[in-house]
Amino acid sequence: MIDDRTVAHVARLSRLELTDQERERFRAQLGDILAHFQSLLALDLAAEAPAEHATAITNVLRDDTVRPCLTVDEALANAPASEDGFFVVPPVIEGE
Amino acid sequence: MGAPRSLADCTAGELRRLYAAGEASPSEAARAVLDRIAALEPTLHAYLHVDCEAALRDAARWDGRAGMEGAPPLAGIPLALKDNICARGWPATAGSRILDGFRPPYDATVTARLREAGAILLGKTNCDEFAFGSSTENSGYGPTRNPWDPMRVPGGSSGGSAAAVAAGEATLALGSDTGGSIREPGSFCGVVALKPTYGRVSRYGLIAFASSLDQIGPFARDVRDAALLLGVIAGRDSADSTSAPEPVPPYAEALTGEVRGLRIGIVKEFFGEGLAPAVAGAVRAAAGVLEGLGAVCDEVSLPHAVYALPAYYIIAPAEASSNLARYAGVQYGHRTAHAHDLYALYARTRREGFGAEVKRRIMLGTFALSSGYYDAYYLRAQRVRSVIRREFTQALERFDLLLGPVAPTPAFLLGEKIEDPFQMYLSDIYTIPVNLAGVPGISVPCGFVNGLPVGLQLIGRAFGEATVLNAAFAFEQATPHHTARPALAAPPRADGGAQARA
Repeated sequence: MIDDRTVAHVARLSRLELTDQERERFRAQLGDILAHFQSLLALDLAAEAPAEHATAITNVLRDDTVRPCLTVDEALANAPASEDGFFVVPPVIEGE
Repeated sequence: MGAPRSLADCTAGELRRLYAAGEASPSEAARAVLDRIAALEPTLHAYLHVDCEAALRDAARWDGRAGMEGAPPLAGIPLALKDNICARGWPATAGSRILDGFRPPYDATVTARLREAGAILLGKTNCDEFAFGSSTENSGYGPTRNPWDPMRVPGGSSGGSAAAVAAGEATLALGSDTGGSIREPGSFCGVVALKPTYGRVSRYGLIAFASSLDQIGPFARDVRDAALLLGVIAGRDSADSTSAPEPVPPYAEALTGEVRGLRIGIVKEFFGEGLAPAVAGAVRAAAGVLEGLGAVCDEVSLPHAVYALPAYYIIAPAEASSNLARYAGVQYGHRTAHAHDLYALYARTRREGFGAEVKRRIMLGTFALSSGYYDAYYLRAQRVRSVIRREFTQALERFDLLLGPVAPTPAFLLGEKIEDPFQMYLSDIYTIPVNLAGVPGISVPCGFVNGLPVGLQLIGRAFGEATVLNAAFAFEQATPHHTARPALAAPPRADGGAQARA
């Protein structure tokens, strides 16, 4: 069910660089975990609505008014790199 | 009783009485706890960050005022926060190397409420990375050890909070529980540990794991203290739209210890294969104690409870994979030194910063949400959650409380399960269904197996914390288990090498 291609695909979706050793270990471990979950696939659940939350909650909106919030300096204080009030990242448009 | 007890071993209730009588001061209590921390941390490693200066400053502020008329409920009480709960200016790593150096610019709502209630904040406790684990071995900063036997785990993910309270390194502590992360370490360390109803306590400022399941709750050395702390942190918060508007009853004041006529359902599925016979014996004996006090016990079945574990290990990693997308070397925390494009910045930062269990869960969650598998896994798990919720609701119409073990075994050895993720996941088999149902559950000490504490789990209706606490209080009043302390903690001048005994 979980092969090397699936592991590589999921790792890419996850933005996770894996070593060859990790790829091999996760293939085995994820396969093992999912094998334990096969019991779920046998359940007849067609009549059940999926529950996104543990309790019945509904969306809550607040008044659209300005409230105190972090300053730019506070928001950037933990950034590994920032400049002129912005986060700094490597160039985005540069082919793969 | 031989030597007089250290203030570090007093409950919050006892400290409040001592303060009121002028027989002790918050500064003395804070010093006793900080001394205990200094003595035991080389062995236990319950804390990731201790701020002695701030603690002594907070304590001094309450000297002469704590215990007086009008003082807030936690005035002068030393308290620890799990490291996934933000306190302005203190590190908050959630046990992850990827958050090395991060100092949140704001307080979590619970932290702000604790400050208003007069608590002395001691520091931040160790936990499994992003609360993924049942042993605290997944911490990026090394494991915490169990005060009853340092060869064993304290449970997890809130293992540091549980160990700190058990060992007198804090009078009270907060943890978080997504699938058992408060109750299981509570059981392993022999302290009272409560996961409130989903929405009872604000999650604002809690570093998110699985947002539909996470809940903050108290650790304490007796039920009254747990009730006192819950009363401070519970209630609606405009910063968390999932926090509930239900009124907060006076939990501590309402404890009567009266359980006559209380209907308790003993969950059949929680006594199956995998449960250590000695744990089953302690839990059944506890049910007998409650019956002796006038409660009416009968068996109840939750037929789909066995599907809770697979459903949880799809839902929780799915939500986690989304919540952890933010750790990518841009806004805070670790950033790789070796990236020339954005994809490599993300992927390499995450490779360097995340531990094995975090990578595993991100992969599992991303898989369950990915095209082609979403319906078969994620949606199916959500449907199972509906069934489990309904079964709990129906059982809790017939019964006032449900009863079972917290974990299948007492604390296991360090290293025993770390190489086998699925065996580790089984530690939470009796706590996970409660999170999926969204209802409150408590672990209260109910005995010892080979010198290791065992917890009794009591589960209540949504927002029925008062009933859960009161039954736990009745049990506690009738039994001595909660008064036992690890040998490591007393005498206070521990040498760090002492072996624990019940």
